[in-house]
Amino acid sequence: MKAITEKLLEVVSDFKGKLWEKSAYSVREDGGCAAIHSTQHTHITPKPDGSGLDITVDEGTQGETVYIPACITHGGVEEVVYNDFHIGKNADITIYAGCGVHVEGEEGSRHSGIHRFFLAEGAKVHYIEKHAGEGQGEGKKVLDPQTWFELGEGSLLEMDTTQLGGVDRTCRITKGKVGKDARLLVRERLLTEKDQQADSQFEVDLLGENSGCDLVSRAVAKDQSHQDFSSLIRGFAPCTGHTACDALLMGQGTVDAAPRLAARCEDASLIHEAAIGKIAGEQLWKLQTLGLTREEAEERLVAGFLK
Amino acid sequence: MLELKNVSWKLEEEDKWILRDINLKVQKGERLVLTGPNGGGKTTLARVIAGLREGAEGEIWLDGQRIDGLDITGRARAGLGYAFQQPVRFKGVTVEELMQMAAGEQCSREELCHLLSQVGLCARDYLGREVGNGLSGGEIKRVEIATVLARKPRAAVFDEPEAGIDLWSFDKLIQVFGDRDRWPGALVLISHQRRLMEVADTIGVVCQGRLVDIGPREQMLPRLFGEKSGQCPWDGGND
Repeated sequence: MKAITEKLLEVVSDFKGKLWEKSAYSVREDGGCAAIHSTQHTHITPKPDGSGLDITVDEGTQGETVYIPACITHGGVEEVVYNDFHIGKNADITIYAGCGVHVEGEEGSRHSGIHRFFLAEGAKVHYIEKHAGEGQGEGKKVLDPQTWFELGEGSLLEMDTTQLGGVDRTCRITKGKVGKDARLLVRERLLTEKDQQADSQFEVDLLGENSGCDLVSRAVAKDQSHQDFSSLIRGFAPCTGHTACDALLMGQGTVDAAPRLAARCEDASLIHEAAIGKIAGEQLWKLQTLGLTREEAEERLVAGFLK
Repeated sequence: MLELKNVSWKLEEEDKWILRDINLKVQKGERLVLTGPNGGGKTTLARVIAGLREGAEGEIWLDGQRIDGLDITGRARAGLGYAFQQPVRFKGVTVEELMQMAAGEQCSREELCHLLSQVGLCARDYLGREVGNGLSGGEIKRVEIATVLARKPRAAVFDEPEAGIDLWSFDKLIQVFGDRDRWPGALVLISHQRRLMEVADTIGVVCQGRLVDIGPREQMLPRLFGEKSGQCPWDGGND
């Protein structure tokens, strides 16, 4: 692997100098496979047409961690990757995914990872997805991740997704179906600065009785950056759904937020919230009374907000 | 020592003086309680001292250093503490993180726990909690007070520290404010509570923007609580 790839891996996938010996992993580098490894219970197989991977986790697998990061180290790369995750009955695993893009020249790069999750009955997945861009080049760093899911009876998908800077353009789409007694928990953290733009869209169908969804997005738009947030939770059964977008504006940053609900069952209990504003003056004052400068206070407040 | 010389502050939008010619001295270890009718200017005075209200006239001195030209941070670094009347809530900041910010790197987790227990909070239950809407008004008020104590300030202003606090925690607070060995700084307590006034060395009355009376506790308590008319005797009713 290239040195830049290793550096990007540290940012996006909990990489600490060497590959994860006891885990299943696939590292994608500039459109090719840099490393791939399966374990006894987690099988990573390239799709026959080369478009991506099939990741299959055996029924009952407990405590394993799977790493599926992608890195782009230069401009001129444009790729779409399809990775399908088939999680067996009652498996309980953690998946690290995400993408880092490094561009130095004027030519940009774009990565679109389309991840589909199929959780069998009682399966639990903690999905940690990080996106980051770096490099001094003028070329645009573009990341367009998509996450699709089908949650079987009694399953749980807990998704932590973060993009904390360096990505010029992103269109993030998360959509899927939640079955009986299944739950989807999403925590999104998005930071844009300079003239970056981010569009984050969620669409969740609560299909099964006692299904649930909690979708919370926190966003910071700095400088002249702009973010769009939209979410739609549809309740087709007795279910609970909550969607919230909380955004901080700094400088000339702007945010459009549109959480939506649609109840198609009288026992669907759905809530949405959205709040957009700058950092409250009293919050800055409080930290200043503790000895922090205004700039230090802003930094701490943003870090806490996006934690 | 905290000293104010001819401190005045005007609400420019309404061209109205909110504070006029406040003069007072609070010695190291001294407890001064400022009381007075609602809207008399006490909270504005506290905010002027802490630097939250800009444009004040007069001088503010802390242990021989003139601090009225400093911003909020500068005054805090000079050794001034300030506890908000209505504590601020934060998203994503835990009680422990806020306390660490207050204390600086030299404060251990055990010390933070001790500080929280002094204001009636069981540290094990609170250190990891967000300083947000999950805390009740009384809980967040006690965290607020603990952050000021954690700074070990040379002088501190507590704006209605008793507000929203239960009886048992209030007892602990009275012990804290009364413990001059552990908290040797000059303390200004803005309060309407007689029990807090009973730990004061000095009591002052702020009314219509002026410090209209000040004296030793023994002299002031009968004046404050001997009045039966139901009206503040210093409040003439004229603006």
